[in-house]
Amino acid sequence: MEISIIRFPGTNCEVDTYNAVKKVLGTTSTILSCKDTVIPRSDLIIIPGGFSYGDYLRSGAIAAREPIMSDLIKKAKNGVNILGICNGFQILTECNLLPGALLKNSTLKFISKITNIQITRNDTFFSKDYDKNQSVKIPVAHHDGNYFVDQETLRAIEENDQVAMRYAEPINGSLNNIAGLYNNSFNILGMMPHPERAIDNQTGSNDGIKLFQSMLKSMSL
Amino acid sequence: MKARVFIRLKSEVLDPQGQAIESALKNLNENNIKNIRQGKLIEMDIEAKNVEEAKKSIENITVKLLANTVIEDYKIEIE
Amino acid sequence: MSDKDIYQSHGINEDEKKLLLESLGREPTVTEIGIFSVMWSEHCSYKSSRYWLKELHTTGKQVIQGPGENAGVIDIGDNQAIIFKMESHNHPSFIEPYQGAATGVGGIMRDVFTMGARPIALLNSLRFGEINHPKTKYLLSGVVSGIGGYGNCVGIPTISGETGFDSSYNGNNLVNAMCVGLTTHDKIFYSKASGIGNPVVYVGARTGRDGIHGATMASGEFDDESEKNRPTVQVGDPYAEKLLLEACLELMQEDAIVSIQDMGAAGLTSSSVEMADKGQVGIELNLDRIPTRQKNMTAYEMMLSESQERMLMVLRPEKTQIAKEVFLKWGVDFEIVGKITNTNNLVVKHNNRVEANIPITYLTDSAPIYKRDISPRKKKSKPSASMKHDINIKDATLKLLNSPNICSKKWIWEQYDRSIMANTLNPAGDDAGIVRIEGTKKAIAISSDVNPRYCTAEAKKGAIQAVAECWRNIISMGAEPLAITNCLNFGNPEKPEIMYDFVKTIQGITQASKELNFPVVSGNVSLYNETNGMAINNTPTIGGVGLINDITFLEKFGYAMDNDQVYLIGNKGENLNCSTFEEIILGTITVDPPDVDLQIEKMNGIAIKKLINNQILSSCHDISDGGLMISLCELLIKSNIGANIKITNNSKILEQLFAEEQSRYIISVPSNKQDKMFEILDNASIQYQSLGNITGNQLKVNDKIVISLSELIEAFENLIPELMAS
Repeated sequence: MEISIIRFPGTNCEVDTYNAVKKVLGTTSTILSCKDTVIPRSDLIIIPGGFSYGDYLRSGAIAAREPIMSDLIKKAKNGVNILGICNGFQILTECNLLPGALLKNSTLKFISKITNIQITRNDTFFSKDYDKNQSVKIPVAHHDGNYFVDQETLRAIEENDQVAMRYAEPINGSLNNIAGLYNNSFNILGMMPHPERAIDNQTGSNDGIKLFQSMLKSMSL
Repeated sequence: MKARVFIRLKSEVLDPQGQAIESALKNLNENNIKNIRQGKLIEMDIEAKNVEEAKKSIENITVKLLANTVIEDYKIEIE
Repeated sequence: MSDKDIYQSHGINEDEKKLLLESLGREPTVTEIGIFSVMWSEHCSYKSSRYWLKELHTTGKQVIQGPGENAGVIDIGDNQAIIFKMESHNHPSFIEPYQGAATGVGGIMRDVFTMGARPIALLNSLRFGEINHPKTKYLLSGVVSGIGGYGNCVGIPTISGETGFDSSYNGNNLVNAMCVGLTTHDKIFYSKASGIGNPVVYVGARTGRDGIHGATMASGEFDDESEKNRPTVQVGDPYAEKLLLEACLELMQEDAIVSIQDMGAAGLTSSSVEMADKGQVGIELNLDRIPTRQKNMTAYEMMLSESQERMLMVLRPEKTQIAKEVFLKWGVDFEIVGKITNTNNLVVKHNNRVEANIPITYLTDSAPIYKRDISPRKKKSKPSASMKHDINIKDATLKLLNSPNICSKKWIWEQYDRSIMANTLNPAGDDAGIVRIEGTKKAIAISSDVNPRYCTAEAKKGAIQAVAECWRNIISMGAEPLAITNCLNFGNPEKPEIMYDFVKTIQGITQASKELNFPVVSGNVSLYNETNGMAINNTPTIGGVGLINDITFLEKFGYAMDNDQVYLIGNKGENLNCSTFEEIILGTITVDPPDVDLQIEKMNGIAIKKLINNQILSSCHDISDGGLMISLCELLIKSNIGANIKITNNSKILEQLFAEEQSRYIISVPSNKQDKMFEILDNASIQYQSLGNITGNQLKVNDKIVISLSELIEAFENLIPELMAS
């Protein structure tokens, strides 16, 4: 089981993600620099949260054009599983692996809190261990989490069941309360909530464990 | 040559910053101002043979990086 | 500009000018005047406070490094150390709230990672003017997004803090930021330069014309013109800070750094002077090598620039190449800009000219030091009769919960990333924030405290109370209080009453920190917080750090549970003096703040900690602003549950509910653990009394006063969101 985590300058959740993978999956992952041009063979590639390149210009915009991304896009198209968390989600939309864009929160403020999230489906690489429509608590911490896409694509996303998770109540202006999204082949998940910060009840929630366990189960099959 | 790229959210995309400015102006009793949209201006120097060529390369980098055409419109000025 | 003007515009007075000319024995260059002015400014030289700061209690077996370095260092066992400090960024935050606050956070973080520690937690203590003052909303909003914008981006959780409002801050808000970092004993880095010929290296962001004369600005009073000072405010770049942080910590794994110093206020000048001064060596800088952002910068500008995210290091020559590679890998500028010399002088060269050549001691040891006049201020007399008999307790409670200094600060802390690093163990709003030490069962509890109303009414008592409350807040999370940092925010020290209060404050802090074994290991003084002659309330902010050796007890601690029994630890309230009740409900002048009996403080605290650590209590909350009633309400709101309370002596019910007497806690305990609790409390001769039990969804006092949980929550939560939405 090979897991790669990509670090851009300004990424700040790579260690938390590494630790979560280690604690839940019992395996070590590889933290790669975005200056590498090739990602080693991986069963799962994670783009963790942070402020890549300071989120200057637009969140994720500069990272999405880094050398390593062409190999990532190639691997994505070949079906490699990719998880983008927070800034990772923003980067995935910026490089068009996921539709739409993440705008400034409608509140215009950074939002940091443990949030009620509904997991919509439980039959993907990332969600096997959850119940269908399960309510979970996972922290969010973002300034640009307001999901936007044109109406036509939104309809297609909904019809195709690509919404992975929704906020239980509106927090940032996201269309249809979208908190997480799959691509249309379901090997890519982008999500604003931080599952790596929800693996221990002492820090407020362990509802993120099931996401990591789902991936473990899927990879072991 | 000097190039300027004006970038703003597309008209159908909600612009909460623009709205915030508008409501601030209302509080200042500036009621004759409407439809504020906030954008950004990116300035640069470019070496090119002529305006056409400059415009083409600026267009290219704008689509590639400067603007996200999913949500943003842009306008290029060369002088 | 005339000769007199140039000294005056640099904040150098006639006596100081004389001293400068006498020591140097010649006319200084403009660059030298600039260097003297910043090194002799209040901000860098502590000329008004230095004499008194020596009195602080700074030792203990937990202390590895006390005041005098970039930050203080304490031992937390297992070869680990905590490095921490609090610093003010008051003046810049008033002029440009977002950038002022952001760069305050950036500066304090650098103080901590300069010494080798990875920052693991941030906290801040904020003071604004009256909540309805026209500028308050703008300042609050800007300061909060600036703090969040910087800390969130670098990726350090902001886990605790306090925010207060008072008219004395209408023209001078306070932003005190604290950073706590973790390292090991063998990886602590100091600023003392050594090794003649060793290279002096500049790393970090490029130098621009930012903040020139920030240090002198931070040492002068405001007038109506000050807002025009905007261009002197520095702009923060948290992304650059993050890269600098990672590069520095990576290089610190090598044996390459002889000494390292953050370029804070007065940038290149103070960092080079401090390093050389500590090592009793000379330092020579070649300004042609300084990475600059703007063309044609003069020596004067480069020496005085306060561009952010920069460091100065002395390296072992043979490691220079390795160091360079590390910084370039992180995309951070690295330049050898000088060397350590044996001259004991600061020599600055630019364009083949010597722009400055000053013996270091002129800038440090021989800098002016003032033992300013002190005299007590006239005591306000307490107004006689107050209309206490008309008070409706329910209305008073809701009004207090809805008052600016007590109400929920959720609007603020929801803008700070609290969960990053995945080690924050408690929700915001607790007495102290707690972060686990990754990979261990240990955790650190931190809190910041001060009650400016007490400190202004009576400086010494107020200072003792601030230290004691900080200690108490750490205790009430079950942690062992270890040490403190402080930010002493005062008005103009040239006024004898203010200087008197400053001196009394030092005495109070010293007495309490000695008694509680809670030494001061770092700190900062911010004077001249005045506008048009109106001084702020005395605000000596205390930031404390405590240690939890095993976090297991926290699993079932923190919330009042159904059927718990509720007790008051400490004496019954008898005196409303100087309370929030007096201020908000009676609207009287507040004098005579509560005494702290440090012996009782210690006894009560030790017993509480034992109860928490032995997993006897469900919850514990210290009693402070608003007294027993407000502490109880806060506990119920947090736990989302009601209580049934009996107060026995009805004639003194207001005193019992709202007095702010000290060293007290409210606790809740499951019925089956009460006996164990009595045993511990009785053995330690602790005063306590039963108050009732946790139940239902309303707060009932003596069956007559009934307030629903939703009324409590509404009063507590709504004030700031309503203000900010208006």
